[in-house]
Amino acid sequence: MLVARHLAKAYGSGAVATLAIKDLSFEVGEREFITIVGPSGCGKTTLLKCVSGLLPPTSGEVLLNGRLVTAPPEEMALVFQEYGRSLFPWMRVDQNVRFPLRRKRLARREADRLVSESLAAVGLSEFAHHYPWQLSGGMQQRVAIARALAYQPQILVMDEPFASVDAQTRADLEDLLLSVWQRFAVTILFVTHDIDEAVYLGDRILVLTPRPTVLLEAVEVGLPRPRDQVATKELPEFAQLRAHVYLAIKRPAPATPSK
Amino acid sequence: MRRLWNLGLQLVVPAVVLLAWGLWSARAQNFFFPPLTDILASFRANWLFARVPSDVVPSLERMLAGYALAVLGGVFLGVLIGSSRPVRWAAGPPLEFLRAIPPPVLIPFAILTFGIGPQFKVFVIAIGCVWPVLLNTIDGVRGIDPTLRETARVYRVSALSRLFWVVLPAASPRIFAGMRNAVALALILMVISELEASTNGIGFFILQSQRSFAIPDMWSGILLLGLLGFAFNAAFVALERRVLRWHRAAQASALETAA
Repeated sequence: MLVARHLAKAYGSGAVATLAIKDLSFEVGEREFITIVGPSGCGKTTLLKCVSGLLPPTSGEVLLNGRLVTAPPEEMALVFQEYGRSLFPWMRVDQNVRFPLRRKRLARREADRLVSESLAAVGLSEFAHHYPWQLSGGMQQRVAIARALAYQPQILVMDEPFASVDAQTRADLEDLLLSVWQRFAVTILFVTHDIDEAVYLGDRILVLTPRPTVLLEAVEVGLPRPRDQVATKELPEFAQLRAHVYLAIKRPAPATPSK
Repeated sequence: MRRLWNLGLQLVVPAVVLLAWGLWSARAQNFFFPPLTDILASFRANWLFARVPSDVVPSLERMLAGYALAVLGGVFLGVLIGSSRPVRWAAGPPLEFLRAIPPPVLIPFAILTFGIGPQFKVFVIAIGCVWPVLLNTIDGVRGIDPTLRETARVYRVSALSRLFWVVLPAASPRIFAGMRNAVALALILMVISELEASTNGIGFFILQSQRSFAIPDMWSGILLLGLLGFAFNAAFVALERRVLRWHRAAQASALETAA
């Protein structure tokens, strides 16, 4: 459903231009869970901004359902890493979740249903009338996920959404995401710098190189679902995949003094 | 206990000052500093409430009209200028120049243009008050977190919703700061504009009292202005506390997380 073809993005122009993405092509199938990993500083966020139509690519193209993406498409929702800065602090939790629905011109009852259903899905029904700043970081990110779900996207794009919460909260959020992915039948494109997370969540892992970024490898995960924080991570296949991705990321490092 | 102590101090100090002034002025036999009791007597004679309809109401009407124009114009232009970098750059130098002109020097021009009716006073008040509102709005709009803007774009929020639900609330702490500065300016310019080509108003009354050596009356007018300024500021602080509750709380919780 989502296709990126020879995507490239340079910042600046002429001699001072820096090439963030050199050449990226990939396809994402319906209801697939794709994770993207790469060394820090590779063009992961740039890639997502191009995919979501927030940034025009320098060359190449992104197609969603066969249509060229030039602006944020309505079938897509995005969850940012900085939950604290992507929720509107002057709106209550339910208002935050409802806000993107304004454009959809739904009946009030339908909008109510979407808001309460998605808040229930992330376990925040009781906090509908709180303000975001009254919640913990993990809860705020759940609000952001609820907001994305209420928008009823076909594809959910997530930019390191769990990078700034503690480890326990992170594991909970990963499992929460897997359950809503099943329930809401969405496609997910998930960027992370955490290899464990990429292996644990994904159907397929796109491994990127440092900038100028190209696709190094697409790794099929093939671990059984439903996944489990303990059982899945104990599987030998999990360890193999993890090591494989780890080495893949380290390998293309240019000839610098070894650490 | 500590709060009570602070409150006590805040009440005791003015009381002591008033008492000292009263005692001193009662004995001073100084024509320019009449006894406090005389001033209070003329305060009661003039402002409770004999001259309220003839002087206070016209003064406040003009002040309010000028202030309202300044807020509306300042916010409108501020959003326009703050939203676009080229406009901001182009508008910078002329704004800095215009802002540097002391508003009272526009009184002769305003009288020529608007005649000696209330319009010229409203104009002078509005011109003087627009700067803090305008410049703060520009800064507030420019300083909106890019993640908030991108969130609004991703969810395809319409331009009008974006203005009223994202841009204005996000800039509102700065807008309020500007509006609060403008209240003090409005009072000053109200008085100054009444010292020229006037037939009523608090400033006019003070000037007339001075010219007819009615010194206690003059002081009573000055006292009234002080009280009005104090009341306006207190009302504004209370309003700000209500409207910007989210802002204080969000900042407090951000600091907590950072610590």
